[in-house]
Amino acid sequence: MTTDVPAAPATATMSYVYAVGRAGPALDAAARGLAGPADGPLRTVASGPLAALVSSVPADAYGEEGLRARLADLTELAALARAHHAVVDAAYARTTVLPLRLATVYLDDARVRAMLDERGPAFAQALGRLEGQVELGVKVYADPRAAAAAEPEPQAAEDPATAGRTPPEPGAPGPGRAYLRQRRQQRRRHQDAYRAAGAVAAGIRDRVATIALDRVAHRPQQGELAGAAGENIANDAYLVPARRVREFRRALAGAADGLPGVRVELTGPWAPYSFATPPPPAAPGEPR
Amino acid sequence: MTARPPGGAAGPRPAPGSPLPDTSGITDLFGEEALAGRQVALIDLLDRLLNGGAVLTGDLVLSVADVDLVRINLRAVIHAITPDDPAPW
Repeated sequence: MTTDVPAAPATATMSYVYAVGRAGPALDAAARGLAGPADGPLRTVASGPLAALVSSVPADAYGEEGLRARLADLTELAALARAHHAVVDAAYARTTVLPLRLATVYLDDARVRAMLDERGPAFAQALGRLEGQVELGVKVYADPRAAAAAEPEPQAAEDPATAGRTPPEPGAPGPGRAYLRQRRQQRRRHQDAYRAAGAVAAGIRDRVATIALDRVAHRPQQGELAGAAGENIANDAYLVPARRVREFRRALAGAADGLPGVRVELTGPWAPYSFATPPPPAAPGEPR
Repeated sequence: MTARPPGGAAGPRPAPGSPLPDTSGITDLFGEEALAGRQVALIDLLDRLLNGGAVLTGDLVLSVADVDLVRINLRAVIHAITPDDPAPW
């Protein structure tokens, strides 16, 4: 809604929504024993066939100002993200739910019910699509340094004709040429690693094409939070039937064998966050 | 904002030259077991919670806008942005 929000008293609470599922004992059971970010108990808020997983949060901390401050601080953001994930993850272990994006907050439960009514058909369709599915993450890295470490020492194989001569003759092509050769080698290793990583990423997409129902390409991970060695060149999420997770893992086995400059990381199973929003009707070439 | 998280949320990096486990094979961060107490990497989580998840506007005008704000504020931390490669969001 884009309407103005009336100012809430400082002691008031609001309704933080984690996920939407089908109303029933499974979702109720998921709500029991879980706590929200403000340590309040979780509850289900139902309307018709659907119910939302909700916890009350203090309006001052989760209102516009509070939320803004919280989301702008990485430590706070991390805590909120982990709390959100803990709820979604535990709920998804019991029953199919549609994970909502971080920080979806309503004024009260009546507004949550109104949202369920309004979006009911879309939710039901999305839940049907995700039923029995999990998300698996596959990240492919190019790591030229790992490739270099796996290669034999360059000096050992280099130019045996001059190997025994010490010291190098002044006019002879010595350190300069060696340096250039090393640079060339480095550049080649770099190109090889990136090319190989791209091929591995494409190969993985082929390997799992008959197992996964859908794939979403996330932006490759960079920056300070991306602590892994090498450069992430593919960051894909796959929607996979839960009963075929093992098969998916097996299909990846050996994908980077014999390629020391390429590393593949598998994460999950996740609740299907990356598939909770149906793809836009027509947006070719637009990464989601 | 400050570029570096106070809590060092990026986690420990391997020391330079330290042997990484299984550099040529598949690093399965979760193994055959389910999540079982394994803490997921924050960046993997943020990929999903800031880019994925069903988007509802909610009652707070700023709640969704704030998520966008997060991406702007934290993009230097989450993703290195260069002029040639601006953030898609």
